Amino acid sequence: MSGTATAEMLSAAELATIRADFPILAERVNGHELVYLDWGATAQRPRQVIDAEVDYVEHRNSAVHRGAHTLAAEATEEFEGARAKVAAFVGADEDEIVWTSNATEALNAVAYAIGNASAGRGGAAAARYRLGPGDEILATELEHHANLIPWQELAARTGATFRYVPVDDEGALRLDLLDGLLSARTRLFAFTHVSNVTGQVLPVAELTARAHAVGALVALDACQSAPHLPLDLHALGVDFAAFSGHKMLGPTGVGALYGRREHLTALPPFLTGGSMITTVTMEGAEFLPPPQRFEAGTQRVSQAIALGAAVDYLDAVGVDRIAAHEAALGRRLVEGLRAIDGVRILGPVGDGVERTGLAAIDVPGIHAHDLGQFLDSRGIAVRVGHHCAQPLHRRLGTTASTRASAYLATTPDEVDAYLAALPEAIEFFRRLA
Amino acid sequence: MNEVESLYQDIIVDHVKHPRRQGLRDGATVESHQLNPTCGDEITLQLVLDGDRIVDAAWTGRGCMVSQSSASILAEQLPGLTAAEAGERIESFRASMRSRGEIPVDEDLLGDAVALEGAAKFVARVKCAMLAWVAAEDALAKR
Ligand SMILES: Cc1ncc(COP(=O)(O)O)c(C=O)c1O
Repeated sequence: MSGTATAEMLSAAELATIRADFPILAERVNGHELVYLDWGATAQRPRQVIDAEVDYVEHRNSAVHRGAHTLAAEATEEFEGARAKVAAFVGADEDEIVWTSNATEALNAVAYAIGNASAGRGGAAAARYRLGPGDEILATELEHHANLIPWQELAARTGATFRYVPVDDEGALRLDLLDGLLSARTRLFAFTHVSNVTGQVLPVAELTARAHAVGALVALDACQSAPHLPLDLHALGVDFAAFSGHKMLGPTGVGALYGRREHLTALPPFLTGGSMITTVTMEGAEFLPPPQRFEAGTQRVSQAIALGAAVDYLDAVGVDRIAAHEAALGRRLVEGLRAIDGVRILGPVGDGVERTGLAAIDVPGIHAHDLGQFLDSRGIAVRVGHHCAQPLHRRLGTTASTRASAYLATTPDEVDAYLAALPEAIEFFRRLA
Repeated sequence: MNEVESLYQDIIVDHVKHPRRQGLRDGATVESHQLNPTCGDEITLQLVLDGDRIVDAAWTGRGCMVSQSSASILAEQLPGLTAAEAGERIESFRASMRSRGEIPVDEDLLGDAVALEGAAKFVARVKCAMLAWVAAEDALAKR
């Protein structure tokens, strides 16, 4: 994140150019210009990404890693080229990037690979990953369900104990408790880089170093960081990371698992079947080296290629610029929200808090669904609900919140439109009550 | 604004401000708890039955104005109905809610529920409106 301090937010002219690339941003919703503030749930796609997928389907569509014909060779090259682009984008090597359907599948792939190792699969090489009674898996109370349930389930399957780092009343992670929770029993620490509810950025390198100091592996949920912040997984030192293509201008149906080479080489596969084997007999099978070992079955080729184009797009704009832009929008959003009566921002909002361009709010007495309905009538698309973080919402004393999330195509005017509509919405419901 | 106002009609607001039959009681014959997993809205509905007839209904819950008013509207009209009559109302309400506004709510049959008609136009709100009715259906199935 070193670049964010120096990079400048996107200028009005740059924003206009970027916005022109996104066909959907020209849509009108309920008679209003669309104000899309739900990028954190799923990002819209620029024409370049849509075109890359169509172009592949129209001209080179074929089975990868199989046939010997020309199209198959071209498809394979483009598919692997996309992997190289994505790897470079997140600071990984190509063979450390496994295609998955999304971040959820990536996190489950790690949990199930470790579970299979715990059941004795993978032989001696995988023995160091075995979990059992007495071992602990640590997560945090901030987590999206995707980085929570797979670990609860893994603990239940292996007899390991699931523990978590709680948050305080504000929603800040209680890092002061970490020393008491991390111990030689901790085998894996799973946490998010950026909370999808509070937008706070966790100190990944520091947490990773502390986990490694007690011999624990680190699984990072990079869903809300890979699209928004310069990411260097090698520098951060994490063992595994997961992210989704659809949150970073790519299509749905593709995401990635990052695993350090030593782990992917030693761990047994999660899904098994075609395309991931060397020799198969009626007694058993031998597996390809990673990443193919973890890519059973026909892959999401056009989606991966489009994700490669998405990464090209992000690189062309510059992720450091995007991060600076979002940080500025995030500050504007939080400052504006703080000035509105009756609005509680979920998560820490102090000046020193590093955050991305999102904020979730609770308006006591007005349900998020109702707020969202009013905003939608003005063409403003925000996310309402628990954002797949029920424990965090429960801890903060609510079941649902209203979240606005920005990205590279978001303008300050859009943030202002939301900030202007919100008091009207509150007033509308207060008047009813 | 118009369509928002059409959703939050006076009847809905009245049921939110003055919820009918709210608060669980002892001695329910059947009970159902329903949760809308997308937003966390919750309804617990209790029925006291005398044979096939609903003699009392009570509910508790939390959530948006649509789900809470709908629970109040339903609970108010359940007592006195037979299970079959309640089932008929639930089916009729569901058909309207799923029709995207094509099938108007049958006011003669469903009374105040006519105010929830606006919700049918918003796919995301149909579940909110249906929550209590699904609870009633589930509770009756437990007879
Ligand atoms: C922090 C975080 N983790 C995980 C996920 C899960 O992503 P997906 O549903 O694409 O697997 C999301 C997206 O909703 C997220 O924001």
